[in-house]
Amino acid sequence: MPAHLSARLCSLALSLFLIAFTLPALAGPFEDAVAKFANDDYSDTDEAIGVVASSGNPLAFPIISALQDGRLMADPDSKKVYVTGADGKSIDAATGQAVASVPDSASAVRLNNRLRRSVDAALGSLTLQSPDVGTRLQAAQSVFKSHEETALEAVDAALAKETNRSVKAALGDARAAILLFKPDATEVEKLEAVAALKGRGDQEALALLTGMGDQPASVTKAAASAIGSIQNSLAVWSMVQNAWYGLSLGSVLLLAAIGLAITFGVMGVINMAHGEMVMIGAYTTFVVQEVIRTRYPGLFDYSLLIAVPLAFVVAGAIGVLIERSIIRFLYGRPLETLLATWGLSLVLQQAVRTMFGPTNREVGNPSWMSGAFELGQITITYNRLWILVFTLAVFAILLAMLRYTALGLEMRAVTQNRRMAASMGIATSRVDALTFGLGSGIAGIAGVALSQIDNVSPNLGQSYIIDSFMVVVFGGVGNLWGTLVGAFTLGIANKFLEPVAGAVLGKIAILVLIILFIQKRPRGLFALKGRAVEA
Amino acid sequence: MTPHMLTRSLDRSATIFLAVVAACGILIPLSNLLLPAGSFLQVPTYLVALWGKYVCYAILALSIDLIWGYCGILSLGHGAFFALGGYAMGMYLMRQIGTRGVYGNPILPDFMVFLNYSKLPWTWYGFDMFWFAALMVLLVPGLLAFCFGWLAFRSRVTGVYLSIITQAMTYALLLAFFRNDFGFGGNNGLTDFKDILGFNVQAEGTRAALFALSCLALIAGFLICRAIVSSKLGKVLIAVRDAESRTRFLGYRVESYKLFVFTVSACMAGVAGALYVPQVGIINPSEFAPGNSIEAVIWVAVGGRGTLVGAALGAVVVNYAKTFFTSGMLAPYWLFMLGALFILVTLLLPKGIVGTFNAWWDQSKEKRSAAAMASAAAEDGVTEPKMAE
Amino acid sequence: MNVMDNRATSAMLYLDGVHVSFDGFHAINNLSLTLEPGEMRAIIGPNGAGKTTMMDIITGKTKPDEGTVLFDGVTDLTRLDETRIAELGIGRKFQKPTVFESQSVQDNLLLALNVDHSVKGTLFWRGSKAESERIDKVLETIRLTEARNRLAGSLSHGQKQWLEIGMLLAQDPKLLLVDEPVAGMTDVETHLTAELLKEINKTHTVMVVEHDMTFVRELGVKVTCLHEGTVLAEGTIDQVSSNERVIEVYLGR
Repeated sequence: MPAHLSARLCSLALSLFLIAFTLPALAGPFEDAVAKFANDDYSDTDEAIGVVASSGNPLAFPIISALQDGRLMADPDSKKVYVTGADGKSIDAATGQAVASVPDSASAVRLNNRLRRSVDAALGSLTLQSPDVGTRLQAAQSVFKSHEETALEAVDAALAKETNRSVKAALGDARAAILLFKPDATEVEKLEAVAALKGRGDQEALALLTGMGDQPASVTKAAASAIGSIQNSLAVWSMVQNAWYGLSLGSVLLLAAIGLAITFGVMGVINMAHGEMVMIGAYTTFVVQEVIRTRYPGLFDYSLLIAVPLAFVVAGAIGVLIERSIIRFLYGRPLETLLATWGLSLVLQQAVRTMFGPTNREVGNPSWMSGAFELGQITITYNRLWILVFTLAVFAILLAMLRYTALGLEMRAVTQNRRMAASMGIATSRVDALTFGLGSGIAGIAGVALSQIDNVSPNLGQSYIIDSFMVVVFGGVGNLWGTLVGAFTLGIANKFLEPVAGAVLGKIAILVLIILFIQKRPRGLFALKGRAVEA
Repeated sequence: MTPHMLTRSLDRSATIFLAVVAACGILIPLSNLLLPAGSFLQVPTYLVALWGKYVCYAILALSIDLIWGYCGILSLGHGAFFALGGYAMGMYLMRQIGTRGVYGNPILPDFMVFLNYSKLPWTWYGFDMFWFAALMVLLVPGLLAFCFGWLAFRSRVTGVYLSIITQAMTYALLLAFFRNDFGFGGNNGLTDFKDILGFNVQAEGTRAALFALSCLALIAGFLICRAIVSSKLGKVLIAVRDAESRTRFLGYRVESYKLFVFTVSACMAGVAGALYVPQVGIINPSEFAPGNSIEAVIWVAVGGRGTLVGAALGAVVVNYAKTFFTSGMLAPYWLFMLGALFILVTLLLPKGIVGTFNAWWDQSKEKRSAAAMASAAAEDGVTEPKMAE
Repeated sequence: MNVMDNRATSAMLYLDGVHVSFDGFHAINNLSLTLEPGEMRAIIGPNGAGKTTMMDIITGKTKPDEGTVLFDGVTDLTRLDETRIAELGIGRKFQKPTVFESQSVQDNLLLALNVDHSVKGTLFWRGSKAESERIDKVLETIRLTEARNRLAGSLSHGQKQWLEIGMLLAQDPKLLLVDEPVAGMTDVETHLTAELLKEINKTHTVMVVEHDMTFVRELGVKVTCLHEGTVLAEGTIDQVSSNERVIEVYLGR
């Protein structure tokens, strides 16, 4: 049973527990049944479970759940049965009255596998009518999974009262599952059940249909067609799933490559330390979260919002520093730039290793980025979704910046014709430094986002550098849209290859394909043409 | 190699270099074997193995200098050819283990038994024979380089684009070789070698012989490189490096030239790897790591690219420094130093040690003959050339 | 010249209806041009008229979107790459002098010689007397005999221009494309270059692109004026320079 479900059941148990105090004790079938728990006989226990569960007594739930957890104590001498709470306090199971202590002779009521199933079914039916919608839904789903025949009555009863649509649907599914496996169900009922499961159309329905055993011919036939149609729809959903994973991977690639598209694509500077800018962004997030954890715990959910501008400033400043101290001396010597920046990446990695240690550092997800929701048959995690949104936002802002701001205009001017720009009064060296700073700053922002899904270690950047270059080269140098298309193409292609070839082979295949692609179109998907480009 | 090529390729620095390497190749093994252990002049066996490693690196550096220094092809994936040569040799050594492995299987190496292989994969056929393995040492890197180069050069992928895809190539191989089901030992690689051509790889005599062989390979590699760069083909390579498109307009098929040196260079790197493996006793996928290839490029840059001698010198100097620093107190700072070396060499010493020395030597020679030149030119009536830049 | 009717077969170079555009910009627009064997032609035109792009097309660097480019009446140049076109016998001097700066003057010429250009041929090459004699002769023609062992990079701008012309001579092509040979030269050097080109024209077909009208006049050959990728006017220097349109777009009033 999932942890949150037990938690819910416990709270439910507690509320019922409180009601129990107000009820008068009456000797009747319920009390007799409870006493049977003390017989230490499996069939008596089974009987007791059935009677207690259908008694409608508010103590039924605490008793059965205690039984499940091994907290139902029975004294064979006095035939008294006690429910011991998680807090150590105990009550008399028959009356609900608190007792000071459970006698030493009492021991936990034993269960075997068959009884455990009965307990699960009983609990399922007990919670089917809980006032809490979530609990009802969970209960219905657990009945669906167990499809215990004994739960049918409870399901029907709950179905009659249920008003919530999703719980009603879940109950319907549960009913269908039970009927499908119930030997004495009519053929009509079974056919309806098959139709209902076909409508549900997920992996679990498929499992039930394929594992349903001997059935009348018409049911088997209907099931076969239902299986076919479910498999088809699952195949479609798995495509959707792959596409989503691909988009998600694409957004990560784009995020990592977008800064490179500026430094390499626009400026023509090949910066092998680009990955380290990403890494610095991730470590900035770590530091921000550390400070928040120790000083202002309440701000944790805002840690990323604080880290984004900070990472931009930190990585951007380092970028400007690098440009001023190293790269500007190497313009026009791309191969030397490559080597020098590689050296720089070693230095930066080692520096971070010295400061923060070589191991992974813990960066947490804020609450709004954790968890997931379901869309049809696929699960979408919030952190992946936010990263996709964030990436597109960064891309849009960058595009707008290049197009509409003075700096963007100057950048384009300088990259297109440096001498002309200089003679128009643009301080080209300042623009160079700022452009490089911008590219690095964006890498830093990428680091904030990647810290949410990847290990924050000094090697973080290295794992992205080759992929980032592949994206930029594939998309076409000097074209931001090319980078966008390149990133998503590679992301999706990778995720569609993975199920076929496996993760590693898929990646190798992508690398090989890109190498071949570059042969075909050396300047990428969206290459600029003309005389100036080839100079 | 015809005689005229040999004589043409031996200038003074080449001769000195060859003499030094030959002396090392003879004296170090002799001193190790003949002098009593612990005596002042005796080179201990661990040093023979260590220097043997440096010599292999020097061959790798030569191969990189041939394409980068003379043809402008900056390969960031040459470690891949080195590693492939190493793997070919490693596979031979694995098959020599025979029944002496932990599992005692006469055909299958231990890791295959461990991974439940039922029979030897076809890729391992023939590696029980030395001549076949030796052929593969040349053929596998050579063929990969040929195919890769044929595709890349024909499509005119140049400069940093080429560097990036060579890096991607070695990265792809790294991932592939890390896989257990790729059939080359997964991330553990190949190790626990017993003997080579019947000699125990751990024995002093074998180590000394391997060292001498490595020196011989370095000499041979150097002579081949010299012969190439001092021929007219060498001039074409430099022309391609300096003005590729101009060379095309003169009617040279640039891609064929690049393909030729790239393949020769890959074969050399393969030989270096093959000699390296028995001396260090292991080959694993980390040899494919892109960082290794880039590090090898910096050896060449430190020594001086386009000088050959410098490349070999750079490999030895940088690796000596690496051994020195990583074994001492300064170990945590080695990466700082290596990183700084990359930056400083490219910024301050673009010609490297040998290149800078040569420039200084030429300049002082020019000064000596400047006076004579000036008077001769004045009488000739040719306008005095303005020095460009 | 009375070969108007069978141009396509007898012309050394024949361009017809050539179009090239770069991302929507029409660099060459329906360009048609014919060069007879043994002819020298001067091409003039404002910047961006498509002069260099035209040379790129002829030498295989740029592929035209449409049109015919025939060499020697038979060979379709649009299907060949630079190397093949150079092997056929088309030599080119670039606008910005491009010599192999880190090699000596005589090595530059050696590289240009039209001998075996295969990998094997150059690897096992050993100099011959005939080759060194040819180099000596070219050195003499371009007046660089004294500088033969100097690095090409250390030559003056004018000397580099000459060295590049010398490389064309060593290459000994059927057709020479010469892009701005006198840019940056002194008047004396310009005059000498004109003499040199006239000398070369005795045995070769030549196409010269030049802005220097004095130089073009000195060449005394048929002139074609390009504008916006197409032929604006063609004829003697006097005819062209008195053409209204040419004056308007290029020469100025």
